[in-house]
Amino acid sequence: MSSLGHSIWTIVVFITFIGIVLWAFSSRRKKDFDEAARLALDDDDIATTTDKAAGKAANNKHNTEE
Amino acid sequence: MSEPASTEQYNYKIVRQFAIMTIVWGIVGMTVGVLIASQLAWPAMNFDTAWFSFGRLRPLHTNAVIFAFGGSALFATSYYVVQRTCYATLFSPKLAAFTFWGWQLVIILAIITLPLGYTSSKEYAELEWPIDLLIGLVWVSYAVVFFGTIAKRKIKHIYVANWFFGGFIITVAVLHIFNSMALPVGALKSYSMYSGVQDAMIQWWYGHNAVGFFLTAGFLGIMYYFIPKQAERPVYSYRLSVVHFWALSFTYIWAGPHHLHYTALPDWTQSLGMAMSLILLAPSWGGMINGIMTLSGSWEKLRSDPILKFLIVSVSFYGMSTFEGPMMAIKTVNALSHFTDWTIGHVHSGALGWVAFISIGAMYYLIPRLFNREIYSTRLIETHFWIATIGVVLYITSMWISGIMQGLMWRAVNADGTLTYSFVESVQAMHPFYIIRFLGGVFFLTGMFIMAYNIRKTIAGATPAEAAVAVPAAH
Repeated sequence: MSSLGHSIWTIVVFITFIGIVLWAFSSRRKKDFDEAARLALDDDDIATTTDKAAGKAANNKHNTEE
Repeated sequence: MSEPASTEQYNYKIVRQFAIMTIVWGIVGMTVGVLIASQLAWPAMNFDTAWFSFGRLRPLHTNAVIFAFGGSALFATSYYVVQRTCYATLFSPKLAAFTFWGWQLVIILAIITLPLGYTSSKEYAELEWPIDLLIGLVWVSYAVVFFGTIAKRKIKHIYVANWFFGGFIITVAVLHIFNSMALPVGALKSYSMYSGVQDAMIQWWYGHNAVGFFLTAGFLGIMYYFIPKQAERPVYSYRLSVVHFWALSFTYIWAGPHHLHYTALPDWTQSLGMAMSLILLAPSWGGMINGIMTLSGSWEKLRSDPILKFLIVSVSFYGMSTFEGPMMAIKTVNALSHFTDWTIGHVHSGALGWVAFISIGAMYYLIPRLFNREIYSTRLIETHFWIATIGVVLYITSMWISGIMQGLMWRAVNADGTLTYSFVESVQAMHPFYIIRFLGGVFFLTGMFIMAYNIRKTIAGATPAEAAVAVPAAH
């Protein structure tokens, strides 16, 4: 790539990045991002494993042994 | 919401396999680390054999802790997170199984070839070409499984942790393939395709981005899932996490030249590498603040929850080492720090404090869920936390003192221009700090053994957990 090409590319990448920042912080996106932030939390990864009660019981036994 | 629960089961087997191997390889890699630390303090510890010599075992240590321990932690967590946040099972379980067995084979081959002296002599990429091919094959399969699962997702949004995992997987593939380009001249001997300063630049483009994408982006993926889950709070600022991802991706790739200050590398490239390394402070600290502030409003949890202690302290170490790194990338600072133990201290504040701590925290979170058990002893996690913290602090402080002292001794000159100290005098001055560093390593390794015992007791007699694929809540 010529040095002019390098310069143009740098500017393109820089503007793209500014665009991403503006997009991420635009008020239009707020609701979606607030929802996305809940995504991992809304998924209960204990309740979906089977046999939860048995697991707890087994653990309690361990604790009393200690 | 009355949708029926899916009858499909998440693929937990592969997560279990990698999670257990994380602990096993952690112990192996750190044991080798303690051994070579002892060799620096007491040279007789190489037992006068070629196979146990420092030069052969050091790459085994780095490969084992980075790729075997860290790699297994990344495979385990990314396979877990991508399934849970996409509400989908893994794409191609067979290919996923291949990534497990293929990766284990790579590690075994490293354990065999490195002590025998087979090396391409490229730092963090020492393995010879047939093993490099296998790594490439495993890694492309990993990408197919990961992105195939993303494509199967049942919700529109791709959770931020997956962006970090995805960025890590793609970049490491590119780095590995280009840095490993070599001409084989025998079954276990090859020459790099690059020569001279180009070879050095490609090597550190790879080397620093192994830090940036393997040891940072991947583990940030762990941070963005496991800290919110363990703290039961959403990410402090999801918008910041989006900017964090792109800022890190745009900037890290340029930082490699700071490994080559005052070399044959053109001066402007060195200065560019330095400038980009300084800019990196912004996204690094943005991410650190985002991780730690996730706990804002429930700081009291830190007092009682040792898993959260591991996770949050790891992010604090991340902040520390990503401040130290840019400082060391400044050419005038580098003139003092380069080739000294300061670099080793810096690396371990990142590797032990950040990478190992967050992996350990994630494993304590994951393993009880994968085996349907609660952890055998929370008190032992607490003990592990403190013993590991003492280990890291001993390690990095001794290396700071030793490193800065070395640098100052090497550059000291008398009025007539002659060197004040001979090299061996600096070696002698380092000796007590090498012993302290060895002790730090022993502490950290002891913590790993406590973890192994705790996990062994937790999963003894447990039936592997099965989890039905969850149905996304309607918004």
